Amino acid sequence: MGTSLSAPDQDDDFEDLAARTGFSLEQIGNLHKRFKHLTNNQSTLRRENFDSVTDLMWNPIRSEIIEAFFDTRNFQPGGTGSVREITFEEFLIVMSHFRPPELNMTSEQRESLRTKKLRFLFNMYDKDNDGKITLQEYRHVVEELLSRSGTIGKDTAKDIADAAMLEVASITVVHMEPDEFYEGITFEHFVKILKDIEIESKMYVRFLNMDTTTLCK
Amino acid sequence: MALGRLALGTVGASRRVSLQRGLLFLCALVLLLLSEAVEPLGASGSPGGAGDSSGGSHGLQKGCEADVTKSKHPTNRTKKPFPVLSFDYEHVKTPFEISLWVLLASLMKLGFHLIPRLSSIVPESCLLIVVGLLVGGLIKVVGETPPVLDSQVFFLFLLPPIILDAGYFLPIRPFSENLGTILMFAVVGTLWNSFFMGGLLYGVCQIKGTDLNTVNLLACLLFGSIISAVDPVAVLAVFEEIHINELLHILVFGESLLNDAVTVVLYHLFEEYAGVGSVSILDVFLGVVCFLVVALGGVLVGAFYGILAAFTSRFTSHTRVIEPLFVFVYSYMAYLSAEVFHLSGIMALIACGAVMRPYVEANISHKSHTTIKYFLKMWSSVSETLIFIFLGVSTVAGNHSWNWTFVTVTIILCLVSRVLGVVGLTYVINKFRIVKLTTKDQFIVAYGGLRGAIAFSLGYLLDKSHFPMRDMFLTAIITVIFFTVFVQGMTIRPLVDLLAVKKKQETKRSINEEIHTQFLDHLLTGIEDICGHYGHHHWKDKLNRFNKKYVKKCLIAGERSKEPQLIAFYHKMEMKQAIELVESGGGVKLPSAVPSTVSMQNIQPKKPPSDRAIPQISKGREEEIRKILRNNLQKTRQRLRSYNRHTLVADPYEDGWNDLLFKRQKLMEIEKKMSKMSNYLTVPAAAPDSPTLSRARLASATYVLQKIVYPQAYSSKPTSDDLPTIKVDLASPQSPDSVNLVNEFQKAATQNDPDDDGGLVMKVPFADKDQGEQDNKKEQQRLMRCLSDPGPGGDEEEDEPFLP
Repeated sequence: MGTSLSAPDQDDDFEDLAARTGFSLEQIGNLHKRFKHLTNNQSTLRRENFDSVTDLMWNPIRSEIIEAFFDTRNFQPGGTGSVREITFEEFLIVMSHFRPPELNMTSEQRESLRTKKLRFLFNMYDKDNDGKITLQEYRHVVEELLSRSGTIGKDTAKDIADAAMLEVASITVVHMEPDEFYEGITFEHFVKILKDIEIESKMYVRFLNMDTTTLCK
Repeated sequence: MALGRLALGTVGASRRVSLQRGLLFLCALVLLLLSEAVEPLGASGSPGGAGDSSGGSHGLQKGCEADVTKSKHPTNRTKKPFPVLSFDYEHVKTPFEISLWVLLASLMKLGFHLIPRLSSIVPESCLLIVVGLLVGGLIKVVGETPPVLDSQVFFLFLLPPIILDAGYFLPIRPFSENLGTILMFAVVGTLWNSFFMGGLLYGVCQIKGTDLNTVNLLACLLFGSIISAVDPVAVLAVFEEIHINELLHILVFGESLLNDAVTVVLYHLFEEYAGVGSVSILDVFLGVVCFLVVALGGVLVGAFYGILAAFTSRFTSHTRVIEPLFVFVYSYMAYLSAEVFHLSGIMALIACGAVMRPYVEANISHKSHTTIKYFLKMWSSVSETLIFIFLGVSTVAGNHSWNWTFVTVTIILCLVSRVLGVVGLTYVINKFRIVKLTTKDQFIVAYGGLRGAIAFSLGYLLDKSHFPMRDMFLTAIITVIFFTVFVQGMTIRPLVDLLAVKKKQETKRSINEEIHTQFLDHLLTGIEDICGHYGHHHWKDKLNRFNKKYVKKCLIAGERSKEPQLIAFYHKMEMKQAIELVESGGGVKLPSAVPSTVSMQNIQPKKPPSDRAIPQISKGREEEIRKILRNNLQKTRQRLRSYNRHTLVADPYEDGWNDLLFKRQKLMEIEKKMSKMSNYLTVPAAAPDSPTLSRARLASATYVLQKIVYPQAYSSKPTSDDLPTIKVDLASPQSPDSVNLVNEFQKAATQNDPDDDGGLVMKVPFADKDQGEQDNKKEQQRLMRCLSDPGPGGDEEEDEPFLP
């Protein structure tokens, strides 16, 4: 697919994208408008473009979210590392992770959707792409979550991360000798500890489900 | 639960159990007879009242007369023997009877649970109604008129505890996520039910052949509105025993709570105009306005009182004993205030409880929290029992006018309209929901629409002069209630099993889930912001920020106003673990949900080899510490055996023997000081070696032990005293902002004589320096709150707000 979408080709490209990502044409149209707005009518999105989204400033995990858009693992199977700019297609693929499950999905489809979403989450934690979330990475995430609480957060964040890690290890690798070292949370462990939260039903953005942009819940 | 155990355990002792049961019933029977015996005695002062009054009444009679003459003619006092024992029932009559009823209700409840298999087949509400029937029958046989469930008593005294209990422990997250669905069911569903039933009943009444022609349309509609409301008491009573999944529970339960506004408006509207005979468009419009006023007004009143309660609780740190009182009284005032204006009292109560809870819980002590929880459960339980018993008694007591057509049509219409309503609404609702409601869900929602005492009380309130068919209405209402409670209540449990409906998940909320849920919330908010769409998450985030910035500062005392949710959750878990540890007596393993041999040393990254020199020192130190602690703790031996010397890796900051020796000295000082500390809490100091004291001592010593034995035990923060200090941690490894107990003891030694009653002193630290001080203060508060309450056993239900 070409990286530049000119007007006559747009509809065909949209149809192709719709088939690939599962969005409806109207949703793709809306997202395309938004993309243009963010990038000031350019064809690629850069990290700096996100600065115009003012509400994002309040978000404690802002950097992780922005990185997720530029992480090739999320839009290329087998990709590694991050890029500096992304096209609309890649933007759309990242967004497609937030589509809700459909009513008539089989349980396998649900499973694969859940795995896909969990993989996205996992990639957000595992920044160095070594396939597991180490204690340092986990601590970093918890610190960010508590970063809006000032100094109280910093000190307890380590404790919380330690306790959480201990819990994961207790649940997934039940017996460990005192000498063994738990390297980090692998993807299977991640899936296991989150199996009670129905991710496929919780991780969605309503906008992507509606045909009209202004309908709130 | 306890039944199974009882069943298994008492196989051999079945004779003993049957003896106990027999005694229990005998006791209840005696109470019954007593109540009947005293009632006639009290009611009629004249002799020959009831047939079974004993001969003592005649003696009483004479005594009364004598007293009367004595008081009227003080000068003509004839000498009488001084009445050593007199009988005066009249002046305690009302409280006495009330207490007897409450006692009867509670004994019945006890009795049911002693019978092994009965509770698993028949829901408690059914049993209680049957008991009510029996008691009513008994009273009637004796010749007295059994009391009817007075609507005033019901609405003012019996209903509020149940609703407050439900509102205070309402799970806010699922409730707000499903609010749209719940409102649809509550408002539109109830309206549909009322009009459908009222209309069709009117049609049936018009049929020649039944002698129901006197029932006009408005009366039918009124009846429809009374009977169509799903009752929260009945729903709670049945649903809490079947443990279905959270979504269905909150749907049916939320609907039963929120339909109160609709019922109130419809009831008053039709009651007003049934006499007049016609309703104009203006009235309908006013009715709609009234509905909005009733609902929103109720919520506002409740929220107002909730904020008041939260604000009051901010200042209760010195008078902990009356904290629960504020919660109860403010909530009750909210209910009563709403009732003054004919607003929806139920919604006021729910709003009050839900609004005040997060702030009050951050302010009050653990003991108060436990008190509130157990009082609410107790009152709601007793209320519920009384309501069902009285329903049974009222059935026997009331005048009935049985009309086959009316009653059967009512029951059939109830079922039909409910099913139609649920199916139709779900069809519409599923267009807007992500997690769609399946057919199974719809069936449970429809089947769970039980009617209960509210319908009866509303029917009872009808004025007979306006509604001559009131008795027929009451009979029909009671029949419907019986039908729903007995038939639907009893069969819903096997149906739930049959349909394999998802049950409630018993897992505790883990810290991982908490972290990831928060992460997900922020992620979704971010995505929504990037899309430029102001959705659900965006507004929730804004509300949270507003709450944090302004509201929490006002309503929560001290440092806790800044505590983020994750930390609060973590501290709660720590506390629970610490309490569990202490209660298990410092056993071999930390009691945890998942038995595993993983401990902290497996998580921490490997130490660089330069630290290998240290373990040699630590082993020697380990011995000394062990010796010290052995003098004060029992069972340390067991605990220490499970650790090896790798767990006592010292902090890389410390070096040299001097510090080591000093630390050992400090440790011994701690032990000495702890034995001399006194209790400054509001509860009077416990006697030495009382369970409270030893538990508290064990707790504090356990904290010391944990700190020492876990790795990175001695993280010394540079303090301005320039002494390395030993930190005592609260049951979690490596928490630098822990109480600086050593400093505290130094200050304590210099400034106060510790009292010698024994106990635990938790004094607020004196004004000192910087940030370390702030941490101390916060820790002091925490420690005070923690240790002031040894903690109830098995308090696992903190995270699960539904009734047990």
